[in-house]
Amino acid sequence: MPTIVVEVMPKPELLDPAGKATSGAIAKQGSTTFSEVRIGKRFELTVDGEVTDAVLAEAQRLAEEFLSNQVIEDVVAVKVA
Amino acid sequence: MSVRIGVVTFPGSLDDRDAQRAVRLAGAEPVALWHADHDLQGVDAIVLPGGFSYGDYLRCGAIAAHSPIMSEVIDAANAGMPVLGICNGFQILVEAQLLPGGLIRNDHGDFVCRDQRLRVENASTAWTSAFEAGDEITIPLKNGEGGYIATEETLDRLEGEGLVAFRYLDVNPNGSLRDIAGLTNERGNVVGLMPHPEHATEPGFGPDTVDAMRSGVDGLRFFQSAIESVLARV
Repeated sequence: MPTIVVEVMPKPELLDPAGKATSGAIAKQGSTTFSEVRIGKRFELTVDGEVTDAVLAEAQRLAEEFLSNQVIEDVVAVKVA
Repeated sequence: MSVRIGVVTFPGSLDDRDAQRAVRLAGAEPVALWHADHDLQGVDAIVLPGGFSYGDYLRCGAIAAHSPIMSEVIDAANAGMPVLGICNGFQILVEAQLLPGGLIRNDHGDFVCRDQRLRVENASTAWTSAFEAGDEITIPLKNGEGGYIATEETLDRLEGEGLVAFRYLDVNPNGSLRDIAGLTNERGNVVGLMPHPEHATEPGFGPDTVDAMRSGVDGLRFFQSAIESVLARV
């Protein structure tokens, strides 16, 4: 069955304490390659049937209204896996 | 008449029993409400208690904000019924868009538990009328995701319209913008805050005061305010 992937990230201007803590832990392991980590969420929505435009639109609506909180997060992708 | 104040229990609520006890100590009748019902049992006011509803899955308060009873709670709030959201209850009010902005992980990354001093900024809401504006109170605070955020525009509007109900004093425990600890809506019937008034309602079990250990009962006046407000509406 097809899967729609929804990706949500904390808004770039907001502090991401979990990402910051992870970034600090990477630095403590001696790595200097990566300067920042931001942590978001990935949702996999299994579709019962065919992915039509209507199904994608429904996924987009859910992503914006429920899977993310637009005050603190952005939906960065709604795509067929 | 006896004022009846409902306390909603969601899966993962922790402080529902404490909120019921606070309601009783303030002189009202507590009514246990269940998240899966579509029935407010005729209560006069509602408390959304603290805890970790639905394990904080998705976002704190997000799933609870869509639970069955919330459609009745939202209708009642919009009709003027006093509704108080404490901690996770505040997160639920924000997710239900009854109050603006959002709550994110504490800026220092740690769970914080302390007796917190607050200033009452707005004493004309249904839950703060027993205070005077500018009163300084101490009630417990315990959260991991209590950092209040909103856009600059929203923050300016909240300040301009007097909708900041409580502000943190001494320390900002979680990185909340403009030291905001709690908010009210325009009508003053919906109030949400991260600290816990229900844990400061009985001598011997509250925060320490200069007079005696654990004697702080500043939280009692939240519930007394709601009782006054309900009686004034009748």
